[in-house]
Amino acid sequence: MDLNDAVIDHLRQVAALPDLTGTRYELESEIGRGGMGVVYAARDRQLDRRVALKVLDSALAGEAQLIAHLEHPAIVPIYETGVLPDGRAFYAMKLVAGARLDQHLAGAPSLGERLRVLRRVGEALAFAHARGVIHRDIKPQNVMVGEFGEVYLMDWGVEAVAGTPAFRAPDDRLSQLSDVYGLGALLRFMLPASAPPALRAIADKAMRADPAVRYPDAPRLLADIERFQEGLAVEAWSEPLWHRLRRFASRNAVLLWLLAAYAGVKFLLFFLRNL
Amino acid sequence: MNKILAGLLFGLILGAIDGATAWFYPETHSMIGGILVGSSIKGMLVGLLSGWFAHKVQSTKWGIALGATLGLLFAFLVVLMQHEHYLAIMMPGFVTGAIIGFLTQRTGAPSLAAKREA
Repeated sequence: MDLNDAVIDHLRQVAALPDLTGTRYELESEIGRGGMGVVYAARDRQLDRRVALKVLDSALAGEAQLIAHLEHPAIVPIYETGVLPDGRAFYAMKLVAGARLDQHLAGAPSLGERLRVLRRVGEALAFAHARGVIHRDIKPQNVMVGEFGEVYLMDWGVEAVAGTPAFRAPDDRLSQLSDVYGLGALLRFMLPASAPPALRAIADKAMRADPAVRYPDAPRLLADIERFQEGLAVEAWSEPLWHRLRRFASRNAVLLWLLAAYAGVKFLLFFLRNL
Repeated sequence: MNKILAGLLFGLILGAIDGATAWFYPETHSMIGGILVGSSIKGMLVGLLSGWFAHKVQSTKWGIALGATLGLLFAFLVVLMQHEHYLAIMMPGFVTGAIIGFLTQRTGAPSLAAKREA
Protein backbone atom coordinates (compact mmCIF):
# COMPACT_ATOMS: atom_id res chain seq x y z
CA MET A 1 0.00 0.00 0.00
CA ASP A 2 1.32 3.47 -0.87
CA LEU A 3 1.84 5.90 1.97
CA ASN A 4 -0.14 8.78 0.45
CA ASP A 5 -1.34 11.85 2.43
CA ALA A 6 -4.72 10.31 3.31
CA VAL A 7 -3.11 7.22 4.79
CA ILE A 8 -0.62 9.32 6.77
CA ASP A 9 -3.45 11.49 8.14
CA HIS A 10 -5.36 8.40 9.15
CA LEU A 11 -2.30 6.95 10.89
CA ARG A 12 -1.76 10.26 12.70
CA GLN A 13 -5.36 10.24 13.93
CA VAL A 14 -5.14 6.63 15.10
CA ALA A 15 -1.85 7.32 16.86
CA ALA A 16 -3.43 10.28 18.70
CA LEU A 17 -6.25 8.13 20.06
CA PRO A 18 -5.72 7.03 23.65
CA ASP A 19 -4.73 3.46 24.30
CA LEU A 20 -7.43 2.08 26.60
CA THR A 21 -5.75 -1.32 27.06
CA GLY A 22 -6.25 -2.55 30.59
CA THR A 23 -9.31 -0.40 31.20
CA ARG A 24 -12.97 -1.39 31.05
CA TYR A 25 -13.66 1.14 28.27
CA GLU A 26 -13.95 0.85 24.51
CA LEU A 27 -13.40 4.03 22.50
CA GLU A 28 -16.25 5.23 20.25
CA SER A 29 -15.53 8.76 19.06
CA GLU A 30 -14.10 12.13 20.02
CA ILE A 31 -16.77 14.54 21.26
CA GLY A 32 -14.82 17.59 22.35
CA ARG A 33 -11.52 19.22 23.18
CA GLY A 34 -10.79 21.44 26.13
CA GLY A 35 -7.79 23.30 27.46
CA MET A 36 -6.70 20.34 29.55
CA GLY A 37 -7.60 17.31 27.45
CA VAL A 38 -9.89 15.55 25.03
CA VAL A 39 -13.32 14.09 25.75
CA TYR A 40 -14.39 10.87 24.04
CA ALA A 41 -17.59 8.89 23.93
CA ALA A 42 -16.79 5.38 25.13
CA ARG A 43 -18.53 2.19 26.15
CA ASP A 44 -18.15 0.74 29.61
CA ARG A 45 -17.89 -3.00 28.84
CA GLN A 46 -18.48 -4.04 32.41
CA LEU A 47 -21.75 -2.18 32.90
CA ASP A 48 -22.69 -2.06 29.21
CA ARG A 49 -23.37 1.65 29.12
CA ARG A 50 -22.03 4.67 27.30
CA VAL A 51 -19.86 7.11 29.21
CA ALA A 52 -17.85 10.25 28.52
CA LEU A 53 -14.14 9.69 28.95
CA LYS A 54 -11.90 12.68 29.50
CA VAL A 55 -8.25 12.00 28.81
CA LEU A 56 -6.05 14.69 30.34
CA ASP A 57 -2.94 16.02 28.65
CA SER A 58 -0.89 15.35 31.75
CA ALA A 59 -0.78 12.95 34.62
CA LEU A 60 -2.69 15.40 36.81
CA ALA A 61 -6.05 14.08 37.90
CA GLY A 62 -6.85 17.03 40.16
CA GLU A 63 -9.80 18.02 38.00
CA ALA A 64 -11.51 14.68 38.62
CA GLN A 65 -10.92 14.87 42.35
CA LEU A 66 -12.24 18.41 42.31
CA ILE A 67 -15.50 17.43 40.58
CA ALA A 68 -15.88 14.23 42.57
CA HIS A 69 -16.32 16.40 45.67
CA LEU A 70 -19.17 18.28 44.05
CA GLU A 71 -22.34 16.23 44.08
CA HIS A 72 -24.98 18.46 42.55
CA PRO A 73 -27.75 17.89 39.95
CA ALA A 74 -26.10 20.43 37.61
CA ILE A 75 -22.59 18.95 37.88
CA VAL A 76 -21.78 15.82 35.86
CA PRO A 77 -21.02 12.92 38.20
CA ILE A 78 -17.63 11.20 37.98
CA TYR A 79 -17.73 7.39 37.76
CA GLU A 80 -14.07 6.48 37.89
CA THR A 81 -10.55 7.82 37.52
CA GLY A 82 -7.49 6.01 36.23
CA VAL A 83 -4.18 6.18 34.39
CA LEU A 84 -3.60 5.07 30.78
CA PRO A 85 -0.60 2.91 29.78
CA ASP A 86 1.06 6.08 28.38
CA GLY A 87 0.85 7.71 31.82
CA ARG A 88 -1.94 10.15 31.04
CA ALA A 89 -4.74 10.43 33.60
CA PHE A 90 -8.36 9.89 32.58
CA TYR A 91 -11.72 9.95 34.20
CA ALA A 92 -15.08 8.50 33.19
CA MET A 93 -18.24 10.48 33.75
CA LYS A 94 -21.88 10.48 32.78
CA LEU A 95 -22.39 10.98 29.03
CA VAL A 96 -24.91 13.78 28.68
CA ALA A 97 -27.16 13.48 25.65
CA GLY A 98 -28.17 16.97 24.61
CA ALA A 99 -26.82 20.17 23.16
CA ARG A 100 -24.19 22.67 24.20
CA LEU A 101 -25.69 25.96 25.36
CA ASP A 102 -24.66 27.83 22.21
CA GLN A 103 -26.38 25.14 20.13
CA HIS A 104 -29.42 25.18 22.45
CA LEU A 105 -29.75 28.94 21.96
CA ALA A 106 -29.77 28.50 18.19
CA GLY A 107 -33.28 27.06 18.64
CA ALA A 108 -34.41 30.50 19.90
CA PRO A 109 -35.78 29.37 23.27
CA SER A 110 -38.04 31.71 25.25
CA LEU A 111 -36.61 34.23 27.71
CA GLY A 112 -38.03 32.14 30.55
CA GLU A 113 -36.16 29.06 29.30
CA ARG A 114 -32.91 31.04 28.93
CA LEU A 115 -33.21 32.30 32.49
CA ARG A 116 -34.04 28.80 33.76
CA VAL A 117 -30.81 27.48 32.25
CA LEU A 118 -28.80 30.38 33.64
CA ARG A 119 -30.27 29.89 37.10
CA ARG A 120 -29.30 26.22 37.07
CA VAL A 121 -25.74 27.19 36.12
CA GLY A 122 -25.74 29.82 38.87
CA GLU A 123 -26.99 27.29 41.43
CA ALA A 124 -24.18 24.89 40.52
CA LEU A 125 -21.67 27.72 40.88
CA ALA A 126 -23.09 28.81 44.23
CA PHE A 127 -22.87 25.21 45.43
CA ALA A 128 -19.23 24.89 44.31
CA HIS A 129 -18.28 28.27 45.79
CA ALA A 130 -19.74 27.22 49.13
CA ARG A 131 -17.22 24.35 49.02
CA GLY A 132 -14.36 26.61 48.07
CA VAL A 133 -14.20 25.52 44.41
CA ILE A 134 -14.20 28.01 41.53
CA HIS A 135 -14.96 27.13 37.93
CA ARG A 136 -12.57 29.54 36.13
CA ASP A 137 -13.92 28.98 32.63
CA ILE A 138 -17.64 29.72 32.39
CA LYS A 139 -18.70 29.89 28.74
CA PRO A 140 -21.57 28.54 26.60
CA GLN A 141 -19.43 25.65 25.36
CA ASN A 142 -19.10 24.41 28.94
CA VAL A 143 -22.84 24.27 29.59
CA MET A 144 -24.87 21.29 28.38
CA VAL A 145 -28.65 21.19 28.16
CA GLY A 146 -29.91 17.62 28.22
CA GLU A 147 -32.79 16.06 26.32
CA PHE A 148 -35.10 16.44 29.31
CA GLY A 149 -34.10 20.00 30.12
CA GLU A 150 -31.42 19.08 32.64
CA VAL A 151 -28.52 21.53 32.76
CA TYR A 152 -24.88 20.69 33.45
CA LEU A 153 -21.94 22.98 34.04
CA MET A 154 -18.91 21.11 32.70
CA ASP A 155 -15.14 21.47 32.50
CA TRP A 156 -14.41 22.55 36.02
CA GLY A 157 -11.19 24.46 35.96
CA VAL A 158 -7.86 23.54 37.36
CA GLU A 159 -5.06 25.98 38.12
CA ALA A 160 -3.70 25.96 34.58
CA VAL A 161 -6.96 27.17 33.02
CA ALA A 162 -7.43 30.92 33.01
CA GLY A 163 -10.75 31.18 31.15
CA THR A 164 -11.95 32.17 27.70
CA PRO A 165 -11.24 35.83 26.77
CA ALA A 166 -14.84 36.98 26.12
CA PHE A 167 -16.01 35.49 29.42
CA ARG A 168 -12.88 36.03 31.51
CA ALA A 169 -12.83 38.59 34.28
CA PRO A 170 -10.04 41.18 34.09
CA ASP A 171 -8.98 40.23 37.62
CA ASP A 172 -5.37 39.86 38.67
CA ARG A 173 -6.22 36.88 40.86
CA LEU A 174 -9.05 34.51 40.01
CA SER A 175 -11.68 34.15 42.73
CA GLN A 176 -15.39 33.52 43.18
CA LEU A 177 -15.95 37.06 41.91
CA SER A 178 -14.29 36.06 38.63
CA ASP A 179 -16.96 33.35 38.30
CA VAL A 180 -19.63 35.98 39.04
CA TYR A 181 -18.16 37.95 36.12
CA GLY A 182 -18.31 34.81 33.94
CA LEU A 183 -21.93 34.20 34.95
CA GLY A 184 -22.75 37.80 34.00
CA ALA A 185 -20.99 37.34 30.65
CA LEU A 186 -22.96 34.12 30.11
CA LEU A 187 -26.21 35.98 30.90
CA ARG A 188 -25.32 38.72 28.42
CA PHE A 189 -24.53 36.07 25.78
CA MET A 190 -27.85 34.33 26.42
CA LEU A 191 -30.07 37.42 26.26
CA PRO A 192 -31.95 38.01 23.02
CA ALA A 193 -31.74 41.43 21.33
CA SER A 194 -35.17 42.32 22.73
CA ALA A 195 -34.19 41.58 26.35
CA PRO A 196 -35.55 43.97 29.00
CA PRO A 197 -33.11 46.64 30.28
CA ALA A 198 -33.34 45.23 33.82
CA LEU A 199 -31.72 41.98 32.68
CA ARG A 200 -29.00 43.83 30.76
CA ALA A 201 -28.32 45.84 33.90
CA ILE A 202 -27.93 42.62 35.90
CA ALA A 203 -25.37 41.33 33.38
CA ASP A 204 -23.57 44.69 33.42
CA LYS A 205 -23.39 44.76 37.22
CA ALA A 206 -21.95 41.23 37.29
CA MET A 207 -19.37 42.23 34.66
CA ARG A 208 -18.02 45.38 36.29
CA ALA A 209 -14.24 45.63 35.91
CA ASP A 210 -13.88 46.37 39.62
CA PRO A 211 -14.75 43.18 41.51
CA ALA A 212 -15.79 45.23 44.55
CA VAL A 213 -18.85 46.62 42.75
CA ARG A 214 -19.99 43.32 41.22
CA TYR A 215 -22.53 41.10 42.94
CA PRO A 216 -20.65 39.73 45.94
CA ASP A 217 -21.65 36.16 45.08
CA ALA A 218 -23.70 34.03 42.66
CA PRO A 219 -26.78 33.77 44.94
CA ARG A 220 -27.10 37.58 44.97
CA LEU A 221 -27.07 37.62 41.16
CA LEU A 222 -29.65 34.81 41.06
CA ALA A 223 -31.81 36.66 43.59
CA ASP A 224 -31.85 39.69 41.29
CA ILE A 225 -32.94 37.51 38.35
CA GLU A 226 -35.66 36.01 40.53
CA ARG A 227 -36.83 39.51 41.45
CA PHE A 228 -37.01 40.35 37.74
CA GLN A 229 -39.05 37.21 37.05
CA GLU A 230 -41.48 38.08 39.85
CA GLY A 231 -41.98 41.56 38.39
CA LEU A 232 -40.10 43.31 41.22
CA ALA A 233 -37.43 46.02 41.01
CA VAL A 234 -33.91 44.66 40.54
CA GLU A 235 -30.89 45.73 42.59
CA ALA A 236 -28.80 46.43 39.49
CA TRP A 237 -31.04 49.04 37.87
CA SER A 238 -32.58 52.25 39.15
CA GLU A 239 -35.52 52.26 36.80
CA PRO A 240 -37.21 55.43 35.54
CA LEU A 241 -40.65 56.36 36.95
CA TRP A 242 -42.57 55.41 33.79
CA HIS A 243 -40.99 51.97 33.88
CA ARG A 244 -41.85 51.56 37.55
CA LEU A 245 -45.49 52.46 36.78
CA ARG A 246 -45.60 50.05 33.87
CA ARG A 247 -44.19 47.27 36.04
CA PHE A 248 -46.75 48.07 38.74
CA ALA A 249 -49.55 47.96 36.15
CA SER A 250 -48.38 44.64 34.74
CA ARG A 251 -48.03 43.12 38.23
CA ASN A 252 -51.47 44.32 39.26
CA ALA A 253 -53.28 44.08 35.93
CA VAL A 254 -56.25 42.07 37.28
CA LEU A 255 -56.84 44.43 40.19
CA LEU A 256 -56.59 47.48 37.92
CA TRP A 257 -59.09 45.93 35.50
CA LEU A 258 -61.50 45.23 38.36
CA LEU A 259 -61.16 48.79 39.68
CA ALA A 260 -61.69 50.13 36.17
CA ALA A 261 -64.80 47.94 35.87
CA TYR A 262 -66.11 49.36 39.15
CA ALA A 263 -65.47 52.93 38.03
CA GLY A 264 -67.10 52.13 34.65
CA VAL A 265 -70.20 50.69 36.32
CA LYS A 266 -70.54 53.70 38.61
CA PHE A 267 -70.04 56.12 35.73
CA LEU A 268 -72.57 54.26 33.57
CA LEU A 269 -75.19 54.26 36.35
CA PHE A 270 -74.64 57.94 37.01
CA PHE A 271 -74.87 58.70 33.29
CA LEU A 272 -78.06 56.63 32.81
CA ARG A 273 -79.70 58.29 35.80
CA ASN A 274 -79.09 61.77 34.37
CA LEU A 275 -80.39 60.92 30.88
CA MET B 1 -52.31 37.91 57.89
CA ASN B 2 -55.12 35.40 58.20
CA LYS B 3 -57.19 35.26 54.99
CA ILE B 4 -60.50 35.43 56.83
CA LEU B 5 -59.36 38.52 58.74
CA ALA B 6 -58.06 40.02 55.48
CA GLY B 7 -61.46 39.33 53.87
CA LEU B 8 -63.30 41.03 56.73
CA LEU B 9 -61.00 44.05 56.51
CA PHE B 10 -61.21 44.42 52.72
CA GLY B 11 -64.97 43.83 52.87
CA LEU B 12 -65.38 46.55 55.49
CA ILE B 13 -63.27 49.09 53.59
CA LEU B 14 -64.64 48.40 50.10
CA GLY B 15 -68.21 48.05 51.40
CA ALA B 16 -67.91 51.41 53.14
CA ILE B 17 -66.46 53.04 49.99
CA ASP B 18 -69.22 51.52 47.85
CA GLY B 19 -71.83 52.78 50.31
CA ALA B 20 -70.23 56.22 50.41
CA THR B 21 -70.70 56.64 46.65
CA ALA B 22 -74.43 56.94 47.38
CA TRP B 23 -73.57 60.50 48.42
CA PHE B 24 -73.57 61.42 44.73
CA TYR B 25 -77.35 60.89 44.76
CA PRO B 26 -78.95 63.77 46.73
CA GLU B 27 -82.08 61.79 47.64
CA THR B 28 -79.94 59.40 49.74
CA HIS B 29 -78.38 62.12 51.94
CA SER B 30 -80.95 61.63 54.70
CA MET B 31 -80.17 57.91 55.02
CA ILE B 32 -76.45 57.87 54.21
CA GLY B 33 -75.57 56.54 57.69
CA GLY B 34 -77.78 53.48 57.25
CA ILE B 35 -76.44 52.89 53.73
CA LEU B 36 -72.85 53.06 54.98
CA VAL B 37 -73.47 50.59 57.80
CA GLY B 38 -75.52 48.22 55.61
CA SER B 39 -73.00 48.32 52.77
CA SER B 40 -70.10 47.74 55.19
CA ILE B 41 -71.86 44.72 56.73
CA LYS B 42 -72.61 43.37 53.24
CA GLY B 43 -68.93 43.79 52.30
CA MET B 44 -67.79 42.08 55.49
CA LEU B 45 -70.06 39.10 54.86
CA VAL B 46 -68.69 38.73 51.32
CA GLY B 47 -65.15 39.16 52.72
CA LEU B 48 -65.71 36.58 55.44
CA LEU B 49 -66.94 33.92 53.01
CA SER B 50 -64.37 34.80 50.33
CA GLY B 51 -61.62 34.71 52.97
CA TRP B 52 -62.76 31.29 54.16
CA PHE B 53 -62.81 30.06 50.53
CA ALA B 54 -59.35 31.54 49.88
CA HIS B 55 -58.04 29.77 52.97
CA LYS B 56 -59.25 26.46 51.52
CA VAL B 57 -58.69 26.94 47.78
CA GLN B 58 -55.82 28.84 46.16
CA SER B 59 -57.21 30.04 42.83
CA THR B 60 -57.47 33.68 41.79
CA LYS B 61 -59.99 32.81 39.07
CA TRP B 62 -62.36 30.97 41.41
CA GLY B 63 -61.82 33.55 44.15
CA ILE B 64 -63.00 36.31 41.82
CA ALA B 65 -65.93 34.20 40.61
CA LEU B 66 -67.09 33.37 44.15
CA GLY B 67 -66.62 36.95 45.38
CA ALA B 68 -68.63 38.31 42.44
CA THR B 69 -71.41 35.75 43.00
CA LEU B 70 -71.59 36.50 46.72
CA GLY B 71 -71.53 40.25 46.04
CA LEU B 72 -74.38 39.85 43.59
CA LEU B 73 -76.35 37.62 45.97
CA PHE B 74 -76.08 39.93 48.99
CA ALA B 75 -76.83 42.98 46.83
CA PHE B 76 -79.95 41.16 45.58
CA LEU B 77 -81.03 40.49 49.18
CA VAL B 78 -80.66 44.23 49.91
CA VAL B 79 -82.72 45.09 46.81
CA LEU B 80 -85.43 42.63 47.87
CA MET B 81 -85.94 44.71 50.98
CA GLN B 82 -86.75 47.89 49.04
CA HIS B 83 -87.84 46.72 45.54
CA GLU B 84 -86.05 49.54 43.70
CA HIS B 85 -82.62 50.61 42.42
CA TYR B 86 -81.91 47.06 41.19
CA LEU B 87 -79.08 48.05 38.84
CA ALA B 88 -77.64 50.76 41.08
CA ILE B 89 -77.15 48.29 43.94
CA MET B 90 -76.53 44.95 42.22
CA MET B 91 -73.99 45.99 39.56
CA PRO B 92 -71.52 47.70 41.93
CA GLY B 93 -72.11 44.90 44.47
CA PHE B 94 -71.13 42.35 41.84
CA VAL B 95 -67.87 44.13 40.97
CA THR B 96 -67.03 44.95 44.62
CA GLY B 97 -67.49 41.26 45.45
CA ALA B 98 -65.11 40.35 42.62
CA ILE B 99 -62.49 42.77 44.00
CA ILE B 100 -62.86 41.35 47.52
CA GLY B 101 -62.55 37.81 46.14
CA PHE B 102 -59.38 38.77 44.28
CA LEU B 103 -57.81 40.52 47.28
CA THR B 104 -58.48 37.61 49.63
CA GLN B 105 -56.68 35.31 47.20
CA ARG B 106 -53.68 37.63 46.99
CA THR B 107 -53.19 38.40 50.68
CA GLY B 108 -52.81 36.31 53.80
CA ALA B 109 -51.60 32.75 54.19
CA PRO B 110 -53.64 29.86 52.73
CA SER B 111 -54.03 26.54 54.52
CA LEU B 112 -51.31 23.92 53.99
CA ALA B 113 -53.74 21.77 51.99
CA ALA B 114 -54.52 24.70 49.68
CA LYS B 115 -50.79 25.32 49.20
CA ARG B 116 -50.24 21.66 48.29
CA GLU B 117 -53.11 21.69 45.77
CA ALA B 118 -51.82 24.92 44.18
